[in-house]
Amino acid sequence: MKKVIVPIGPYHSLFEEPEYFALYCDGERVVDIEWMAGYNHRGIEKLSESKHWDQVTFLIERICGICSTSHPIAYCNAVEDLAKIEIPERAKYIRSIVGELERLHSHLLWVGLAGHFLGYNTVFMWAWKYREPILDIMEMVTGNRNHYAMMKIGGVRRDIENEDIDIIKKILDELKGKLEMLTGAVLDDPVLAARLKGVGVLTKQDIKDYGAVGPVARASGVDIDVRRDNPHAAYNLVEWKVITCQDGDVFSKAVVRLLECFESIKIIEQSLVRLKKIKGDIAIEVRYIPSGEGIGRYEAPRGECYHYVRSDGTSRPVRHKIRAPSYVNIPTFKASCIGETIADVTIILAGIDPCYCCTERAITVYDADTRKKLFDGKDLMKLSQEKTRKIKKQLGFKEK
Amino acid sequence: MEIIEQVKEKFKSKIKSVFFHNEKRVYLEIDKEDLIDVVKFIFHDLDARFITASGIDNLKDMEILYHFSLDSDGIVISLRVFIDRDNPCIESITSIVKGALNIEREMYELLGIKFLNHPGLKRFLTDEFPEGFYPLRKDSPGRAEQ
Repeated sequence: MKKVIVPIGPYHSLFEEPEYFALYCDGERVVDIEWMAGYNHRGIEKLSESKHWDQVTFLIERICGICSTSHPIAYCNAVEDLAKIEIPERAKYIRSIVGELERLHSHLLWVGLAGHFLGYNTVFMWAWKYREPILDIMEMVTGNRNHYAMMKIGGVRRDIENEDIDIIKKILDELKGKLEMLTGAVLDDPVLAARLKGVGVLTKQDIKDYGAVGPVARASGVDIDVRRDNPHAAYNLVEWKVITCQDGDVFSKAVVRLLECFESIKIIEQSLVRLKKIKGDIAIEVRYIPSGEGIGRYEAPRGECYHYVRSDGTSRPVRHKIRAPSYVNIPTFKASCIGETIADVTIILAGIDPCYCCTERAITVYDADTRKKLFDGKDLMKLSQEKTRKIKKQLGFKEK
Repeated sequence: MEIIEQVKEKFKSKIKSVFFHNEKRVYLEIDKEDLIDVVKFIFHDLDARFITASGIDNLKDMEILYHFSLDSDGIVISLRVFIDRDNPCIESITSIVKGALNIEREMYELLGIKFLNHPGLKRFLTDEFPEGFYPLRKDSPGRAEQ
């Protein structure tokens, strides 16, 4: 049988490193994967060394458009760890609220895209429609739908007004009902279950070997969450729980993400109630960062963001190391894609939730010997949607 | 901290220094020859998760920090290893931790640190950079120097 290479990428700006995958296929089955990155490496770590401590928060926000508050929170945690700064209580709750709102919109975005990959465009439209009010809250609270510029060493930059709290509550109440409907519809759907269960399975050992984090790890039964394990912001001041599933397939990843949305709403609601009662500053003044080193972590929607900073007492970091969650999650493809069919690879790729930009990937299948084009991105998407249609037929659903 | 006591007990003088930044952040300095043994113990016996490794150019030498997380306790253990700057090479930990593969490759091309016995030590970020140019080294031109 002819071996076929399926190149995926390279242009999609995943944090610091957009990637390129070459899937080696034997017929329909994927037998090996190669990963290349760096097509759009922006050198954020080097740039960070040339910026003032305060300017870095704006720079690293640009690492990712979707989880654009996760990196600043992790960075602020790192600098606060270095300088041993305790932030005011009000700032803690605001950090949690902004962080969880971001998780909500990021997870909904993923659910929509996953639906689109499978040929469930209704899910795509619902999920993105319900995501919109969250972006409206973001605009109201921070002034921007994305790149919020809320985080600052020693606290936050903007306060949440009491009048806004009532509006946020109202929007969240409405969202909860819709989210329950969406979750029920997705998780009870027999076609989705047939399509996603047992696909792209990652075992607990795979997670340990590759050091995978976030919903990818939690879907395989690895109970880790930085928000609980290394409490910061207001995560240890409110009631919530970490969602885990045991199967490790794409379906479990969907379950984890959908159920996490409800936990996020719980955190936001409790934080808003407390925020109304707490008076005081939203930030303390930090005039000087002493020499030393600090580590900051934050559970971004995709997993643990890890920042390491070192200071020599000047106004700029000497070294700023950033480890984005996708950097360790992506190599798990090697464990989850091998042996699967090409039709399933699109959804396994999406199951990791690398980044929104990643979905703009150009996918083309070439014959390994003749370099003749066999499929392009649209064909692969069709292949995936076709498979769902077949399962629908087998299960006795009528075509519309 | 109990876990650090275990590491100290096991390796005794091989642990050159222990620095507690606070109760959740520990930095252990070791020699590069002992790296594999210590990583094996932390990764397998203490069941830690490998977070990442960060290389730092100190001009007088190179430094690598291997960060491990003990998730149930919320502790981060950072192993500090100093290597020679003129001939920066160190044993690869990919035989123990599969996830270190790309992390070491990144350090190789951005800082020029050679990892011995690494299964695929080739550049994957800076294909078009000239040979021998390591952007994260302090003496390489960057905005920080201008």
